[in-house]
Amino acid sequence: MTWVADVVHGILLGGFYALLASGLALMFGVMRIINLAHGSLALIGAYMALLLTEHLHISTYLALAPVLPGALVVGYLLQRTMLERSLRAGQLVPLLTTFGLLIVIANLLQQFFSPDVHSLDAGRIGPASWHVSSTLSIPWFDVLTLAIAFTVLGGLQLVLRFTQLGRELRATAEDPDTAELVGVNARAVYARATAIAVAIAALAGVFYGMRSAFDPNAGANELLYAFEAVVIGGIGSLWGTLGGGIVLGVSQELGAQINQEYFALAGHVVFLAVLVARSAAQAPRIRYTLRRFA
Amino acid sequence: MTDTAVAVAAPRFRVKRWTPLSMFFTGGLSGVVVVLAFAPVLLGENSQNNLIQLYFLMIMAMMWNALAGYGGLVSVGQQGFIGLGAYAAVFLSVQHGLNPYLSMLLATLIGGAIAIPVAFVVLWLRNGAFAIATWVVAEAFAILVSLDPNPAIGGGTGTSALLPFNLRYTPTQRLHYTYWAALGAVAVLLLLLFVLLRSRLGGSLQAIRDDEEAAASVGVRVLFGKGILFVFAGAGCAAAGTIILAWQLSVLPLGPNSVFGINWTARMIFMVLVGGLGTFEGPIIGAVVLYLLQTYVSISGVWYFVMLGGIAIGFALLLPRGIWGTIQERFNVQLLPVGYRLHTGTERGRS
Repeated sequence: MTWVADVVHGILLGGFYALLASGLALMFGVMRIINLAHGSLALIGAYMALLLTEHLHISTYLALAPVLPGALVVGYLLQRTMLERSLRAGQLVPLLTTFGLLIVIANLLQQFFSPDVHSLDAGRIGPASWHVSSTLSIPWFDVLTLAIAFTVLGGLQLVLRFTQLGRELRATAEDPDTAELVGVNARAVYARATAIAVAIAALAGVFYGMRSAFDPNAGANELLYAFEAVVIGGIGSLWGTLGGGIVLGVSQELGAQINQEYFALAGHVVFLAVLVARSAAQAPRIRYTLRRFA
Repeated sequence: MTDTAVAVAAPRFRVKRWTPLSMFFTGGLSGVVVVLAFAPVLLGENSQNNLIQLYFLMIMAMMWNALAGYGGLVSVGQQGFIGLGAYAAVFLSVQHGLNPYLSMLLATLIGGAIAIPVAFVVLWLRNGAFAIATWVVAEAFAILVSLDPNPAIGGGTGTSALLPFNLRYTPTQRLHYTYWAALGAVAVLLLLLFVLLRSRLGGSLQAIRDDEEAAASVGVRVLFGKGILFVFAGAGCAAAGTIILAWQLSVLPLGPNSVFGINWTARMIFMVLVGGLGTFEGPIIGAVVLYLLQTYVSISGVWYFVMLGGIAIGFALLLPRGIWGTIQERFNVQLLPVGYRLHTGTERGRS
């Protein structure tokens, strides 16, 4: 019955992916851009928490108190200095600039923190788990991560539905020009959306650092997993991101059950299978293309 | 080189492809290729090794520009085809004992063949979704290669292609043949791209780049055009991978600096953005810039990539047309004529 344990662990892992992916989904939903540096920004959060815990000897959870507001500021400045400008230049430029940022961040982290792996202390609940049966044990830390993911997604939904900022975000996402006509400052809204997205990324990064060892190049993999969760869940849906994260987490855990090295590959394969299924939904176009080709 | 003057609408307007400058330059470039072919006789080993680097960088820049500049396809997964090319050549030469240079040619075709099914999976996606999907495909290729238990492939620890080369050639012969193979690959791919972009398909590709929906609405087969570009770029990147293999003789499957590494994409984006996205000449200039940077500016690996990423961001934001695009805009020149030029009867020179 080990597969039951794999599914349960996969669901819990999915909570982490949802947390990682929600910032990505928010930015895509509001600005229609995919921030390729999302995983790297999460990683910066982990490294900042590492600095604080090592030098001030505080717990990792306490380190979140300065890291999260800092990430808000970083996100705001990132939007105002770089992304705003690249958004004006068309569809391709935001991709190119965020990719450049990914390369810069990975190499700067390598310069300042060495290429070695680091990890963050998860406190007393880190090693604790609840033994359900001989084959199934549920780590408390994973449950906490899932709970945080629920809180973040629920909080985002409440903000989007009930607050002034939320109304402005939704209006700008629908049509920035029309939103401006009725008095919304679209650029300010974008900057706040990016600030929130980067803060959630940093939160996810700190949790990533507590659940596994990380190195300066880990940002790329985290970006891929986050994006896979967004796509499997259906682009544009916040709760879909949680579903996508869970599907991804379960496939990775089941893949790892067959062979430890199939962990990442299984996720990639499921993601590509979802893409193929989606494009098969456009089958008339495929048949058309093939006929013209033949 | 006939002047393909076509009369359109009013007879005073003429559409020209060639100008005296572009004829001179295209002829000159062919001459340069011929001169470079004598490098093994004229230059030392170091220079030849450096030029081989320049050639595979040029191929990568051309391929990435073909995708992004002409198809609007920002791929961050072309390293997948670079790696596949290198490993396909290892598979054919080490495992099956084929001549290494024949293996390199076949591996290039294999790269193009594998790009066909990949195109069916990723080409439905737009912009960022396409970018990340290509990256996932490249990661999947890298993991599959690293899990291959075959001793010739070497799994995660990498492999060497020294044996098939040493069985047949002396080190000097190997350098010369690799040099010629690399130069030949640049010349053939450049010529193919030139012909492709000047063809009817090239016109539709440029229409796709400018506005996909509008192009589709006037009957351009958008997916077909993109598919041709993707397969061409897959084969071209595989060719670059085989040259990397023949140049460094050993390859690794995993990590940012491996043959499947994301750093290749960082280099490609740098070269194309600096040279000029969507211009035919731009990637060649970008490759020369990168080559000069890495040959004459000695900085450590980490800062090298920080610089690459930083300069790429700077160009994307401040000079999005790159060096050549800016020159082209200001002086209205095209050295390798892939477009059409409108000549009014009254004006000379400017069009």
